[in-house]
Amino acid sequence: MRVALQVTCLNDALFPDTGKAVVTLLRRLGVEVEFPEGQTCCGQPMVNTGYLDEAVPAVRSFVDAFESYDAVVTPSGSCAGSARHQQRIVAKRAGDTRLQERVASLEPRVFELSEFLVDVLGVTDVGASFPHTVTYHPTCHSLRALGVGDRPRRLLEAVHGLTLVDLPGADQCCGFGGTFAVKNADTSIAMGSDKVRHVRETGAEVLVAGDNSCLMHLSGLLTRQRAGVRTMHLAEVLAMT
Amino acid sequence: MTATFVGMPAFPEAARTALADTQLRHNLAHATTTIRDKRARVVAEVADWEDLRVAGAAIKDATLADLEHHLVQLEAAITAAGGTVHWARDAAEANRIVADIAKAHDADEVVKVKSMVTQEIGLNEALAAEGIAAWETDLAELIVQLGDDLPSHILVPAIHRNRAEIRQIFREHMAAAGRPAPDDLTDDPAELAGAARLHLREKFLRAKVAVSGANFAVAETGTLVVVESEGNGRMCLTLPEVLVSVVGIEKVLPTWQDLDVFLRLLPRSSTGERMNPYTSMWTGVTPGDGPQEIHVVLLDNGRTNALADEVGRQALRCIRCSACLNVCPVYERVGGHAYGSVYPGPIGAILNPLLHGVGSDPQTDSLPYASSLCGACFEVCPVRIDIPEVLVDLRAQVVDAHRGDRRPKAESLAMKATGAAFGSARRLALGEKVAGLAGRMLNRESRPPGGSAWTGARDLPVPARESFRSWWKRTQR
Repeated sequence: MRVALQVTCLNDALFPDTGKAVVTLLRRLGVEVEFPEGQTCCGQPMVNTGYLDEAVPAVRSFVDAFESYDAVVTPSGSCAGSARHQQRIVAKRAGDTRLQERVASLEPRVFELSEFLVDVLGVTDVGASFPHTVTYHPTCHSLRALGVGDRPRRLLEAVHGLTLVDLPGADQCCGFGGTFAVKNADTSIAMGSDKVRHVRETGAEVLVAGDNSCLMHLSGLLTRQRAGVRTMHLAEVLAMT
Repeated sequence: MTATFVGMPAFPEAARTALADTQLRHNLAHATTTIRDKRARVVAEVADWEDLRVAGAAIKDATLADLEHHLVQLEAAITAAGGTVHWARDAAEANRIVADIAKAHDADEVVKVKSMVTQEIGLNEALAAEGIAAWETDLAELIVQLGDDLPSHILVPAIHRNRAEIRQIFREHMAAAGRPAPDDLTDDPAELAGAARLHLREKFLRAKVAVSGANFAVAETGTLVVVESEGNGRMCLTLPEVLVSVVGIEKVLPTWQDLDVFLRLLPRSSTGERMNPYTSMWTGVTPGDGPQEIHVVLLDNGRTNALADEVGRQALRCIRCSACLNVCPVYERVGGHAYGSVYPGPIGAILNPLLHGVGSDPQTDSLPYASSLCGACFEVCPVRIDIPEVLVDLRAQVVDAHRGDRRPKAESLAMKATGAAFGSARRLALGEKVAGLAGRMLNRESRPPGGSAWTGARDLPVPARESFRSWWKRTQR
């Protein structure tokens, strides 16, 4: 099985450690993951802001980079959701039937990290060790666009030494929402402040999620508040030994 | 109600004002949490809930696909049962019809059943301009009307008020509208309801004309259906001599069998009740029983525009349950007024642009962006309206409507540049190198000019010194 890492544009530029963690983790599990260097972005930043025409180059580059692989793994529920549900809208709008077919063929081969681990590799204990108290925020797109369910929690529960504490109001949005975070900054911050209050209530040392976009927003709030809670991507916790 | 939503600021500004109101934040958080927990409990009791949702969506879609046929059948059935059907293209036509009926009976007042559609068309204001007082009789609508306020929720329009505020409104404003509140009124809910009951009862017994909307209209028999919790609606529907119902054309259902599905979906989704307390159904005129003159105003007011929208037409399935409001994290924080419409929350963010069209009014154009696209609304919608999908489509319509603008927005230039960069990994790598250099000069607490929307309350993410792709090239190739 040829497996490609879709690192995501955000992780590529801002959170490369998450990409490295996926490589470490998958190699440990015996998967020789490749990084197709033609990859750029799934197109979601443009699509969710209403710029569908502007998303066409990203969707083309996505399909070009990944269509030859058996599986595409991404450490982002949001980008996986975009690839599985939004790229077809962009392709349809572009009026390019060939692109539509290529997108449709690729869709079922795109997996969010926890889906790939649990469903494709069939593992929940990935051999990680992380002796810390952790709380987990299920990001909206992994929860609702993909339906990852309790896969991330099962993976975390199997980590040696890790104590997982429940996050009150876990399934409510953190308020990031892409360009929503700046277009409606006040509302975004109000939502994030409530989420951060719940995180602090848990007493956890580390807030874990499967999307660095949401964590970027939440860690921005946490560090500004000198909250003493750090954020980590799920992949980084699972890569720890 | 004398207040109107006309001239509201765009959503971000209206939200900023609302977010600063700490009492509002507290009232909303309490109310939405209570009602959404209640909904979740009773929905979980129904084993075939997902099948019901699918059925609800399918019935609405099939009906909307052949709307003309069902409406003509409805008209014929109502007429055969002794009612009169009027067709109204827009708000002005509908208001004119209602005012003329009231005037024909020399009425200087009407009592109203809680209805969204009459608020949509601004009926109360239009009647007031003709010297006709329209009295809201739903408890929450009464609170809103007496307080010269605006509704902020579809089902519980005074959700932004707590009982202490309601006591104050009753004490200050009830006397001017009829029977005053008792002097020793406290904020005990039973006492507040008692004061409203006495105040309203005088109006029910006096009024000659009642105005309602309808939750459903059954085409096969010409039956209108109103679903309510208080019984005040039934007072209006049974006591006056004349009943005028304004009904959006999307409310039609072909058969009673179809109605069954919605009477199961609606109460659990809206109030979190297993069964609706007062379900009133009437078919034309019944001699010697109830209103002896029945009018039905079938209203378009933008609905055929929405129907023409391939993605957006699913919004016409809406049965106004407001489950989407109660689960919406944006609504929970800003409340209904920020949406600038009688239809707030996620459904309002799609329905208003669909009814009015985008591209001409900045307030309407701001609504599709009033969402983080978290998807909680779609999850609870009893008729499976994929609100996030429609929001994204409407955002594209807003952007497209402004593509020809002489001065493109900074955002549009940025999106073009970003879109182009994402067309090629080489161009993207170059951009990342530049960002990485900038990253060396910044730290998390840097506050670059123009970054205030992000940095007002959040530290900045700093670009990595080495991108993932550079690391891969350097170490893995």
